[in-house]
Amino acid sequence: MIAEIGHFALVLALAVACVQAVVPLVGAERGERAWMDLAGPAAVAQLVLVGIAFAALTHAYVTSDFSLLNVAQNSHTDKPMLYKVSGVWGNHEGSLLLWITILALFGAAVTAFGGNLPPTLKARALAVQALITVGFLAFILFTSNPFERLDPPPMNGSGLNPLLQDPGLAFHPPFLYLGYVGFSMAFSFAIAALIEGKVDAAWARWVRPWTLAAWVFLTLGIALGSWWAYYELGWGGWWYWDPVENASFMPWLAGTALLHSAVVVEKRDALKSWTILLAIVTFGLSLLGTFLVRSGVITSVHAFASDPTRGVFILMLLVVAIGGSFMLYAVRAPALKTGGLFAPISREGALLLNNVLMATGAGTVLLGTLYPLFADALSLGKVSVGPPFFNSVFVPLMVPMVLAMGMGPLVSWKRGDLAGALARVKLAMAAALAAAIATWVMQGGSAGPWWAAGGIGLAVWLLLGTLTEIAERVRLFRAPLGDSMRRAANLPRAAWGMTLAHGGLAVLIAGMTASSAWKAESVQTMTIGETVTVAGYAFTLKAVRDVDGPNYLATEGTFEVAKDGKVFALVTPEKRTYRQPPRPTTEAAIVGTFLGDVYAVIGDAVPEGGWVTRLYFNPLVPWMWVGCLIMVAGGLVSLSDRRHRIGAPTRARAAAAQAAKA
Amino acid sequence: MRRLLYLLPVAVFAVLALFFLRGLSLNPRDLPSVLIDRPVPEMALPPLPGRGPDTGLATADLKGRVSLVNIFGSWCIACVQEHPFLMRIKQSGAVPIHGIDWRDDPAEGAKWLKKNGDPYERVGADPAPGRAAIDFGVTGAPETFIVDKAGIIRYKHIGPVTREAWDKTLLPIIRELETK
Repeated sequence: MIAEIGHFALVLALAVACVQAVVPLVGAERGERAWMDLAGPAAVAQLVLVGIAFAALTHAYVTSDFSLLNVAQNSHTDKPMLYKVSGVWGNHEGSLLLWITILALFGAAVTAFGGNLPPTLKARALAVQALITVGFLAFILFTSNPFERLDPPPMNGSGLNPLLQDPGLAFHPPFLYLGYVGFSMAFSFAIAALIEGKVDAAWARWVRPWTLAAWVFLTLGIALGSWWAYYELGWGGWWYWDPVENASFMPWLAGTALLHSAVVVEKRDALKSWTILLAIVTFGLSLLGTFLVRSGVITSVHAFASDPTRGVFILMLLVVAIGGSFMLYAVRAPALKTGGLFAPISREGALLLNNVLMATGAGTVLLGTLYPLFADALSLGKVSVGPPFFNSVFVPLMVPMVLAMGMGPLVSWKRGDLAGALARVKLAMAAALAAAIATWVMQGGSAGPWWAAGGIGLAVWLLLGTLTEIAERVRLFRAPLGDSMRRAANLPRAAWGMTLAHGGLAVLIAGMTASSAWKAESVQTMTIGETVTVAGYAFTLKAVRDVDGPNYLATEGTFEVAKDGKVFALVTPEKRTYRQPPRPTTEAAIVGTFLGDVYAVIGDAVPEGGWVTRLYFNPLVPWMWVGCLIMVAGGLVSLSDRRHRIGAPTRARAAAAQAAKA
Repeated sequence: MRRLLYLLPVAVFAVLALFFLRGLSLNPRDLPSVLIDRPVPEMALPPLPGRGPDTGLATADLKGRVSLVNIFGSWCIACVQEHPFLMRIKQSGAVPIHGIDWRDDPAEGAKWLKKNGDPYERVGADPAPGRAAIDFGVTGAPETFIVDKAGIIRYKHIGPVTREAWDKTLLPIIRELETK
C-alpha cells in the first residue's frame, strides 16, 4: 500500500511538473503575474510529492518489503541498517529517484530563497527546472519504476553488491548527485537568461552561490569516491581514469571553469555568452555522465545493468535538453551585449586562461572516454583508452594552469601589471625552484621519476603564490601586525574562500605527486611470524583468524608494523566473503601518518601454507584527502560570504560590501 | 561568420549524439578476435619442463583434427576456477585440448599443472612477453580457441569455459566442424 502511494505521488509530481513547465513560461512571456507566481507553489508541491515517493521506497527498504522487485533485487534482511538505507540509491531505479528528489529540493530552494529575484527570471528558471523534472519523471515512470511489485514475493532478497556496503560509498552518490543536480540551477538560470536576452551582474550574483554549492558537493562526492576506491579495492590506487570517474570529473572541470567565469560576469560584466555556454556544458556533462553509466555504451566497472530502451530514452532526453539548449544558444547568444573590455594581462585574462585550460582539459577527458565508442562505431576496431593517454595529455594541460594560478589573483582587473606581479611572487618562485631541486636531490636524482620534482615545485609555487596574495591584501609585515589582523578580519569571506581552495589544491597536488612517484609495494606469500620490510616499515604477520560478520565471513590477518625497531601499530586487514550475494571484498588496513599511509592487504591462503599479502607505503596520500577537504572548506567559507548568501544581496547592501572591500 | 561560431556547440553535440545512437546498438564487451577464420599463426613453442620431449606446441600440431587451444598461466586466478571443467572435457574425450602457458615461468606452469591436474595433450611455453599468444589475438587468460581440421581458428571463447558455454556454444561448434 505504501509503495502504491509512492508510485501515485510520482505520477502526481509529473502532472505538477508539466504545469510548472508551461504556465510560468507563458506567463513570463505575456507579463501575467499570477501565471508566473504559480511556479513557486508548484515547486514546493513537487518537493512534497517526490519526497513522499522517496520516503515510501526508503520505508520498503528499511522494512525489507520483498514484494517490491527493486527491494528484492538489491536488499537482504541481514544487511546492517545503514546499508538498507543506502541500498535505496545503490541501484538504477532508486538512484534516479534520489536524483529527482534532489532536483525537487533545489527547485523548492529557489522558491524559498528567491524572494528578491526578478519575477520573470524566477518564473522562467523554475519552468526550465520543471522541464528537466518532466524528462526524468517520465524516464522513471516509463522505464525504471522502483515501485514495481513482485508476485509471489521471495523469502529474502539478493543483497547489495558487497563492494557498495561501505560507509564511504553510502554517501558518495548523494554528494555526487547534489553536485550534478546543483549544476542544473546554473543551467536553468542560463536558459532563462537566454530567453530573457539579458545577462548582467545581478544574474551572475544569483548563479554563483548555486554553482559554488554544487561545486562543493561534487568535490566532496568525487573525493569520497576516490577515497573509497583507495581503501576498498585494495590496490593502493586512488584514480583509474575509468569512464565513470571521468563522467564525474568532466562536470567538475567545466563547473570549476563556470565558477571562475561567473566572477568575471559579476565584477566586470564581460565573458557573458561564454559563461552561459559553460553553464549549459556543465549540466550537459552531468547528464552525459548519467547516460554513459546507464546505457551500456561504454564499458566500465561501475556500469549499472544496462538496458537499450533506457539508453534510447536518456539519449532522447540528452538531445532535447542539451541539443535544444545549444540551439537556443546559437539563436540568442549573439544578441547578448558584450560588456567591459580588458587587456590580455589582467585578472579577466587570467580567469579566461583558466577557463580555456579547464575546458580543454574537460574536452580531452571527454575524447579519451568516448574514443573507444568512436573507434567502434567507425569500425576502427576495439580499443581501450587508459591512464597513459590521460596522464600524458591531461597533466601537461594542468601544468600551465597551476603556473598561472599561482599569480593570477595578484594581477589587477582590467589592465594588469605583469612585471609588478612577477616581482611580488619572486619569493614564491625561488622557493618553488628550491623545493624542486631539493626533491630531485632527495629522491636520488634519476632514481625517482623526473616529473616528481616538477610536481612538488608546482605545489609549493601554488601554495606560496596564494599565500603571497593574501599577505599582500592584509599588508602583512608592511603594516603593524594589529593592523594586518584587522585587515584580515575585514576581508570578504570570498577572498578567504579562494585562498583556502587554491591552497587546498596545492596540498592535493603534493599528495598526488608523491603517491604516484614514490609508492613502495611488496607482494608475497607470508607465513605466521614472517617479516617483510617496505619503505622502512617492518610488517610481521602475527596471526590469521576467521571472523564472523553480520553478513559475511572474513579472514582477518594481524600485522605488527615496526619502524626503526619500535612497534608502531597493529593492523588487521580482512578478506571478506559476503553471504548474499556471495562475493569477496578486500578490506585494507590503513594507518595514516603525516608522511604517508601504511597500507596492508591480506589475500587468499596458499595451499603450501601461508597467505598472499600486499604491503604498501603510499607517501602523502592523506594530503590528498586533506587537500580536498580544504578545497571544500574554501567553497563553504566563500558560500558564507554575505554577498553570496542566498537571497541576501539587495543592491544597496551589495554596493556597501563592495565599498568595504575597496 | 560570428554567428556560425555560435552554431559550433550544437554542431559538435549533433555529431556526438549520432555516435551515441550508433553506440546503443553496439556492445563494447563483445570483443571479436581479429583472427577468426584465419589460419593459426606460425609458432613452435617449447614444451614445459618435465612433460616429455615432444609435447610442445607448433602450428603443424593443430592440423588434422578439431582441437581446443586453451590459454592459461599459473598466475591466472580464473584459470583455477576453469580447470576442473577442462579436466572433465578431457575425461569425456570429446576433443583434444592443447594449452599455451602464457606469460609464465615454464617451471611454475609445470608445477601448477602437477597440482591442479593436466588436461592437455600438448602444452607450449610462451613466457613473457608472450608473443605467440598475442599473435593468436589473446586479450587475457583464460581464453579458449576452437581450431578446425585445416588448422583454421573458428571460434574464441573469453573467460572460463563453463558448463553452460560448453553445452550451448562450444560443443555444437565442435560437432559441426567435425562433420566437415
